[in-house]
Amino acid sequence: MDGLRPYRSFVSYIDRSREYYAAQGYSKPYAWAHHDDVPFTPLQKPLSGCRVGLVTTAGRTPAEGLIGAGGLKRGPYAEPANPPPKSLFTDDLFWDKKATHTDDVDSFLPVNRLAEQANGGCIGSASPRFYGVPTDYSQSRTSQGAAPKILEWCREDGLDAVLFSAL
Amino acid sequence: MSLVARHLEANGVSTVVMGSARDIVEECGVARFVFTDFPLGNPCGKPWDQEMQRSIIGSALNLLDRAWMPRTTIQTPFHWENDTWRDAFMRVDDGNREALARAGEERRRRQAEVKTGR
Repeated sequence: MDGLRPYRSFVSYIDRSREYYAAQGYSKPYAWAHHDDVPFTPLQKPLSGCRVGLVTTAGRTPAEGLIGAGGLKRGPYAEPANPPPKSLFTDDLFWDKKATHTDDVDSFLPVNRLAEQANGGCIGSASPRFYGVPTDYSQSRTSQGAAPKILEWCREDGLDAVLFSAL
Repeated sequence: MSLVARHLEANGVSTVVMGSARDIVEECGVARFVFTDFPLGNPCGKPWDQEMQRSIIGSALNLLDRAWMPRTTIQTPFHWENDTWRDAFMRVDDGNREALARAGEERRRRQAEVKTGR
């Protein structure tokens, strides 16, 4: 709605989470990643010739009995995109469980929507696999563990571009 | 997630991040970002709304093709049904302050037990 506001409209999750965890007695706030420089690779060929992949922060659905038993594996993973997953595990992630739900995978991992783009010729093809990087609060594990692994899988699958979706 | 996208960009793979936590993604700094101002959980469109989902992935692919410099953010035109989620999410007020403090203490107690193997 148009109007005048003495505050920014979008939620600052950095501010909100800091205050929330401070109220729980965590006096040292989480230090979020900040970079002045940003790497950039222009698309190297027409979109209609590109193979495109997807990366999600959701996890694979764990085997029955593992939830809450300390058996959850939260590292990076690759799974076939076809048949598309009917559900993924999001219970342990930071998202608004009161306002919405994640029952429709395409609302956070557009695996069917990307396949449509390939069928319609907008992109050359969709990756045969999608990739998962469940959120890890250790930035060094993400940068030094997950990131090179995802790059390796992207190269194995011949990807030109990747769409990331963070819950 | 944004850190992984940055690693791919640095190694010759073009990327787009789709998300709803604008400050977190932009502080980290990514090449291309499609922001949808929704509660966290559905950055690619409302559940079961295929038309909206098509529009958002279309915006992401368009941005992939047309961005010429890093930190390019676009915002999709979609709105949630109401704004109540904005203040409700992770809210701290007099009504839950004591409960949050107790929850934090309980969590630390459990973590300490795990550490000491009790």
